[in-house]
Amino acid sequence: MTTRLSAAFAKGHPALVAFVTAGDPTPAATPAILDAIVAGGADVVELGMPFTDPMADGPAIQSANIRSLAAGTRTADVLAIAKGFRARHPDVPLVLMGYANPMLRRGSEWFAAEAATAGVDGVICVDIPPEEDDALGPALRAAAIAPIRLATPTTDAARIGEVLAGAEGFLYYVSVAGITGLQQAATGSIEEATARLKAATDLPVAVGFGIRTPEQAAAVARVADGVVVGSAIVDLVAQHGAAAPAPVAAFVRSLADAIAAARKE
Amino acid sequence: MNAPNSFRTQPDERGHFGQFGGRFVAETLMPLILDLDREYRAAKVDPAFRAEFDDLLEHYVGRPSPLYHAERLSAALRDGAPEGMGAQVWFKRDELNHTGAHKINNCLGQILLAIRMGKTRIIAETGAGQHGVATAAVCARFGLPCVIYMGAKDVERQQPNVFRMKLLGAEVRPVTSGAQTLSDAMNEGLRDWVANVHDTFYIIGTAAGPHPYPELVRDFQSVIGREAREQMMARTGRLPDLLVAAIGGGSNAIGLFHPFLDDPSVGMLGVEAAGHGLEGSEHAASLAGGFPGVLHGNKTYLLQDEDGQIAEGHSISAGLDYPGIGPEHAWLRDIGRVEYDSATDAEALDAFQLLCRTEGIIPALEPSHAIAAVARRARTMPQDAIILANLCGRGDKDIFTVANALGVAI
Repeated sequence: MTTRLSAAFAKGHPALVAFVTAGDPTPAATPAILDAIVAGGADVVELGMPFTDPMADGPAIQSANIRSLAAGTRTADVLAIAKGFRARHPDVPLVLMGYANPMLRRGSEWFAAEAATAGVDGVICVDIPPEEDDALGPALRAAAIAPIRLATPTTDAARIGEVLAGAEGFLYYVSVAGITGLQQAATGSIEEATARLKAATDLPVAVGFGIRTPEQAAAVARVADGVVVGSAIVDLVAQHGAAAPAPVAAFVRSLADAIAAARKE
Repeated sequence: MNAPNSFRTQPDERGHFGQFGGRFVAETLMPLILDLDREYRAAKVDPAFRAEFDDLLEHYVGRPSPLYHAERLSAALRDGAPEGMGAQVWFKRDELNHTGAHKINNCLGQILLAIRMGKTRIIAETGAGQHGVATAAVCARFGLPCVIYMGAKDVERQQPNVFRMKLLGAEVRPVTSGAQTLSDAMNEGLRDWVANVHDTFYIIGTAAGPHPYPELVRDFQSVIGREAREQMMARTGRLPDLLVAAIGGGSNAIGLFHPFLDDPSVGMLGVEAAGHGLEGSEHAASLAGGFPGVLHGNKTYLLQDEDGQIAEGHSISAGLDYPGIGPEHAWLRDIGRVEYDSATDAEALDAFQLLCRTEGIIPALEPSHAIAAVARRARTMPQDAIILANLCGRGDKDIFTVANALGVAI
């Protein structure tokens, strides 16, 4: 339930939201990587559902999708990974992130029910904007799963109300107009945007896209309620494969420490 | 399902054609899509926009394209047909357009919109290269920089069009992700767009993508059907009995069909690419072998597995090699207004050669699929019946593919 999400953003320090693609490099390898992310101090785990056509992703996560699908990852595997995670980590919020087609293939109610059974707290669907909320939002809300909305540099004042209507869990601010994993936005523009968004909502605002180092994470942590890191972790999985848990735990720990220290400076 | 009063009032204001269509894009693109929609509504009722578009269609593209009665082909198809059967076959000659296909109609409309919106950079995706060449041409004509995304595999098999695009000043970026074909080129186009929303206009090549693209591409391509209707009335005093067009994304087909949708006597047949045959997975027939889903901004029929992973299409024609179809076709199929069929690679190759020999016209492989279906249908229709097929592209670009398929070294 979303209480896990609210708790993650009420710890007295900004939340670290850490992403990996389910099934990368294999479905069997993912649980240990997720455990490493938790051991490293992540507050929210974001699990990517692999898709053949990840239009919003840069090279790192595109490759992770390809590796995962090549290893035979099915939707059933993603749900099983989520279920196993919930059993091992009853208090750590888990968010599924992905694209509309795999989520809608068997019907939105089916997906929402399966995700709820697996213990998923929230869902981020990249290509369902508020205008198409009907396609998935009602089913998620009925299953008590938070539909997590995205705001971007192009989301202007006239539009933010529409984005927030029906948003739950937290607001994910995509800090650059672009794809995942490449350039980072200027800190000043992130500060301005998060201030604007926080004035419009009581939801926590987490910032992502292009955050790759503890220094960058700390800079964002000074102005936001959460910091999302994805491609840099996925790169470690690409580099180390099934041996990724140790380096992933160390890297996540460096991010978590930097975030915890950020507001004390 | 109850038939609506008119088949020509779609989509609704949210861009839905029944359950299909819509605007399934990342939030970054959403404000831009809404801008485009507003700008398109304004342009649609602006006589100056219309006048400039019409002027370019006449003097740059060479419209109206001829309506041609293919008498020798008609006679050839009567051979072996039952007594009294063998319809007259007519062609809308959109292969005679500047740049060799119907694609240019849409590119002109969209670049005028881009200029109206103050955009200074154009991107596009291309499969066979026809849309890429047409986009490169209009960019040269209006002096805008142009980047074309093309699957690396398509770059390999469509070298002449790659060179044409370069001659026209476009930068061709080979896409090496996924299957390296049209679908991947579209993903890469969307990735470029999302990173360059402030100055870039994406000229989508078919009647698909997020609303309002399916609608505006259809409207720009409807010049085909409007001309054909007028020409047919002037030449024969009546409407055709059956319209036939090939379908990849479906822009030439919807352009021909749309002006006739409310004429109940006019039957319509869209022809998908059956590749090596519908029984296997090596085809690109999303209506025959797909299920509704969401890809590239719209809900439509898609080739996909039971987990919603997109399958690779296959067709001898790179222009039909796409795992989806425009959402209006998905709707027209479900309500039963248009019938859909398919033709295999082999049938298209036969039809290609038949048209060469009977009419002295080398068609592209895309309309060769339509001609294959025409050949089947003509034999089942009386001799006074009229079939009108869209000859949407010329075959110069395909001679290497055809030679290869026929085992000829050139």
